Amino acid sequence: MIIQTILFLVFAGLAVAGAVSLILQRHPIHCALSLIVVMVSLAGLYLLLGAEFVAAVQIIVYAGAIMVLFVFVIMLLNAGEEERTNLSRLARAAGVPLALALTAVLGVIITKAVRVGAAKPLLPTATRNLALLLFKDYVFPFELTSFLILVAILGAVVLAQRER
Amino acid sequence: MNTLVAGFPLLAVTVVKVVVLLFVVLTALAYLTWFERKVVAHIQTRWGPYRVGPHGLLQPLADGLKFLFKEDPAPAGAERFVYYLAPFLAMTLALTTFAVIPFGPQDMRIFGQRTPLGITDLNIGLLILFAITSLGVYGVALAGWSSNSKYPLLGGLRSSAQMFSYELALTLSVVGVLLMAGSFRLREIIEAQQGRLWGVLPRWNIIASPFPQVLGFLCYFVAAVAETNRAPFDLPEAESELVAGFHTEYASFKFAMFFMGEYANMITVSCLAAIMFFGGWISPFPPTQAWAWTAFLPAALLAALGLYLFFDGLRYETLLGRTVLPLLGAALGALAAFLALHPGANAFIQGPFWFLLKVLLFLFFYVWARGTLPRLRYDQLMAIGWKLLLPLSLANVLLTSLLLAWKQK
Amino acid sequence: MPLTSECLILSALLFGLGVAGFIFKRNLITIFMAVELMLNAVNLAFVAFSRVWGMDGQVFVFFVIVVAAAEAAVGLAIIILIARNRQSLNVERVDFLKL
Repeated sequence: MIIQTILFLVFAGLAVAGAVSLILQRHPIHCALSLIVVMVSLAGLYLLLGAEFVAAVQIIVYAGAIMVLFVFVIMLLNAGEEERTNLSRLARAAGVPLALALTAVLGVIITKAVRVGAAKPLLPTATRNLALLLFKDYVFPFELTSFLILVAILGAVVLAQRER
Repeated sequence: MNTLVAGFPLLAVTVVKVVVLLFVVLTALAYLTWFERKVVAHIQTRWGPYRVGPHGLLQPLADGLKFLFKEDPAPAGAERFVYYLAPFLAMTLALTTFAVIPFGPQDMRIFGQRTPLGITDLNIGLLILFAITSLGVYGVALAGWSSNSKYPLLGGLRSSAQMFSYELALTLSVVGVLLMAGSFRLREIIEAQQGRLWGVLPRWNIIASPFPQVLGFLCYFVAAVAETNRAPFDLPEAESELVAGFHTEYASFKFAMFFMGEYANMITVSCLAAIMFFGGWISPFPPTQAWAWTAFLPAALLAALGLYLFFDGLRYETLLGRTVLPLLGAALGALAAFLALHPGANAFIQGPFWFLLKVLLFLFFYVWARGTLPRLRYDQLMAIGWKLLLPLSLANVLLTSLLLAWKQK
Repeated sequence: MPLTSECLILSALLFGLGVAGFIFKRNLITIFMAVELMLNAVNLAFVAFSRVWGMDGQVFVFFVIVVAAAEAAVGLAIIILIARNRQSLNVERVDFLKL
């Protein structure tokens, strides 16, 4: 049990540190690296919660493909450091407490939503059950997402073409 | 120390295994460079490293010392944090993949605990391996970008595009094996290949029953060679094309880290090929009484190597060679005798011996391909990855699943 | 159960940080990354709930990751176009309806 708490604290701390670094860094490449740290620590949290296949998919797809796309775009567009913004003082003074308030409200609401009850036991064949669900109950959304990816590929290729 | 061991036995045992494995892997990396230089040299009818120590065996040590003591300039406008992070990422991720590879079937005892021969045994071991490999793209891309220079940027972009293009074919070519084994655990994949076909041939996945995974293996190996940026797919880091690609602006130790990462990736990929397609630690000979003499093959091989070293060392040129080589030969011969006479150690060494033999075979194929084949042009490279390997691996998945479903009816 | 509540609080925290990043940052790509952070926070909530309520949460995480991938591809293509046209990635320079 204590190992679980320590690991949770480590991963949660890394995730929050990465998220704060995402906001505070000025160069987009540093923001991208912080986001990768967040994603990898979230994958560790998924492993702690027993979702092993989702953890692996998170690293392979999210941290290993989507973020590579981000890093490529940053490198190709030669994005430099952010300039100093001329945001109004009122917005900055009111924005921070409001963001905190939003976080607090969200936290309270979703923590109250957890019904009191025992957690289901960690299934040793979690991948098999996930696959059964995905290909039996949710097969229609699954096929729709493949169509969605096709449309997205077409869109990205057409949009990012070199100008004739 | 004893209380640490008693309180966290699993942690202490794992730390010992990690330290030993790191030591073994880093030495293996160093001598893999020696192996490559010797083999490529002999393919090109020359001798390779010969002077630094007998048969050039101290060459990796000399290279390591050189990397430690060389000057380490950083380019002027380089983004410092990312510039230092990239080689560290490349090497660390490459070394982490060794945590999930099983080396042998039997357990061993450390501090009185029984532990399997391999650091961990995850339920999703294969997926974690691919996850760590897919993170390796960052080392290359960030290195190319952070050097603040044209050629590294181009080389880094090309290298990373090549790496994640071939990742698709790599992952798909393994799905056939997964279907036949029914699990992501590497130990279960090996155990599913036990048994014999027609009494004699081993039921390795490459010749196993529903659909021999030959196509899968070929796709896997070609994709793996491209994934690790090795010849004939090493255009992004070839000298005649882009100076040295993404590691142009890296000197001494950081360059050594890239180098080590690349060779560690090679070893990981060879280990995976041995596990998934050639049965891992399963011996090619049947475990019946008639073939029981094959249990002495490791000892015999070690003895033969020891004898060769002994007699070669006696007539070697330098004095150092004349003393070291025969001693080495005698030590190997003594080890072989110990193995032959001690049945417990002999039984323990069987699994790892066959596994290491297969890994060495694949490493030899890697080096052979480097010494023989010409380099592919970048557009040819990407065309092979997307237009040839991806459809072939998909076809492999389709055929395997069809035959498996038909067989199960 | 003991881990789910903490993960939910962390998810809310990450979501709030994502919103803060979305509002306060000026670079287009960084804003997009804040959106991805919000999606990740939601994924964490899904997985935390699936620990208590069943496997459907993980199936949903799967779909969210796929949709995020499609969205990232198209969104980054649009960002490349904007950068080409306005020569700047500052969101304060792309606030005219007419180019």
